Amino acid sequence: MKNASLTNADMASFSSEALDRLMPMHLLLDGRANVISYGPTLGRVFQHHNITPGKFFDLFAVRRPTGVSTARKLSALVGERVQLTLKAGEDSLSLRGLCQEMAGARGFLLNLSFGIGVVDAVRALSLTEADFAPTDLAIEMLYLVEAKSAVMRELRDLNLRLQEARLAAEQQALTDTLTGLRNRRALESEMHLLIGRGTSFALFHLDLDYFKQVNDTLGHAAGDFVLRQVAEILSIETRTSDTVARVGGDEFVIILNRVEDYDFLLPIADRIIAALTVPMDFEGQVCKISGSIGITLSTNYQSPDIEVLHADADAALYESKRAGRGRATVFQTAPPMAKLA
Amino acid sequence: MHGLINRSIQNFLSDSYGPAVWSAVVRQSEIGSDNFEPMLSYPSEQTEAMLNAASETLRRPKNELLEDLGTYLVCHPHLEALRRLLRFGGVGFVDFLHTLEDLPDRGRLALSDLELPEIILLDQGDGHYRLHCAPMVDGAGFIVVGLLRAMADDYGALVLLDHLGREGAYEVLSVHLLDQSYTEGKRFDLALPVGQ
Repeated sequence: MKNASLTNADMASFSSEALDRLMPMHLLLDGRANVISYGPTLGRVFQHHNITPGKFFDLFAVRRPTGVSTARKLSALVGERVQLTLKAGEDSLSLRGLCQEMAGARGFLLNLSFGIGVVDAVRALSLTEADFAPTDLAIEMLYLVEAKSAVMRELRDLNLRLQEARLAAEQQALTDTLTGLRNRRALESEMHLLIGRGTSFALFHLDLDYFKQVNDTLGHAAGDFVLRQVAEILSIETRTSDTVARVGGDEFVIILNRVEDYDFLLPIADRIIAALTVPMDFEGQVCKISGSIGITLSTNYQSPDIEVLHADADAALYESKRAGRGRATVFQTAPPMAKLA
Repeated sequence: MHGLINRSIQNFLSDSYGPAVWSAVVRQSEIGSDNFEPMLSYPSEQTEAMLNAASETLRRPKNELLEDLGTYLVCHPHLEALRRLLRFGGVGFVDFLHTLEDLPDRGRLALSDLELPEIILLDQGDGHYRLHCAPMVDGAGFIVVGLLRAMADDYGALVLLDHLGREGAYEVLSVHLLDQSYTEGKRFDLALPVGQ
């Protein structure tokens, strides 16, 4: 906008105080690129690096536009988006701004800013609001940086709490609450995992013998006690990498992973049965149980199917019961089992 | 209501009066959960119910509690981040008063779904100001009184504050600034040291 009573030259002249307030980071150069004056905030940058400003090109490297390194080329900066790097200091402070030629070609005026590096600059130079023009959004930027950090902290905390809650819920969903063993859902997912990975495993189906009598004669408290004792025994007799699950009232399933032959499966099964057979003492009452086990191996099958494995382990378990309980049976492939049926 | 506000009230009650009082407030207000997540939203009735229950449990007028809440928001060490965000509002207390009108916008810049009370400042000259505050909960003007009192301390200003009651949709406060630099105030660096 022009006002008739003022000329352009009038418009362009300000007192140095006014210039300092309007552009606290300005730099005035003469035609030979000597620094004539500079704004107070830029002064703090120079002071911080113990610089006495003399020649522009001793102070700054012009990164953009490229190829400007001598006084004769200064005019190439005019009207361009200028990017400078301070030569002093190890942090190579980057400044950006605009350069305009002054009326009558008396020199150049550069107005600079810290750009995205404003937070670091404020910290390094201990700048205050007074170091920025009121039109500068630096303070709002600092506000936003802190607001963002505070919000991120809250979100991170919320995510941690949600993650913990999720893990607890998952744990609950996969656990049999009475015994702390895994439940059927956990068992199925573990079998899927092992089959998917092609890891070999043995599957034990274990039914407690005489458990119903304990429950009926000594009560549910005694029954619950026995189930917890059984859980303890099964945990002791297996490795931590194995899976022990309670899948029904007195029905348990064990997965022993990385097992390929029967040779040491029967000894394990025998140890389990021996431990189950030891009478348990519940508040002065003796609880006597035993267990029957049916076993099958994933390596028996070309492509193991969860349903088939369960059915076969059940068939072997049935055979153990039929043969008088308190024993373990290994599933035999088609011909012998057919005989049993 | 934004969870941040409910969570602030929760923290204020348990930090100032102990977890037992907070549990009693939870029971009495029937808000269900004993924990507000600061990044989630809750029905506004819960905020009112919680404040009323706190007033009954502690046998203290709600207005007094709200004023203490405002002071707590600025003064408690856990909320240093909030104090700093408020201090970005201006170099001195007068500057700060003038940026209060931007408060809802500043809040939204930080959290787009955060609603803060609309505030209008009337400069009556000679250090006298009127603040019109559109309350989000009944008595929110008292929170502003407590907050302004603490911020005046922070800036080192000497002020007299009063809640003048309601005028239509607004709660009206009077602010009388006696001395902008009565004390040195609390230090404020624009940027925190690295790692804080």
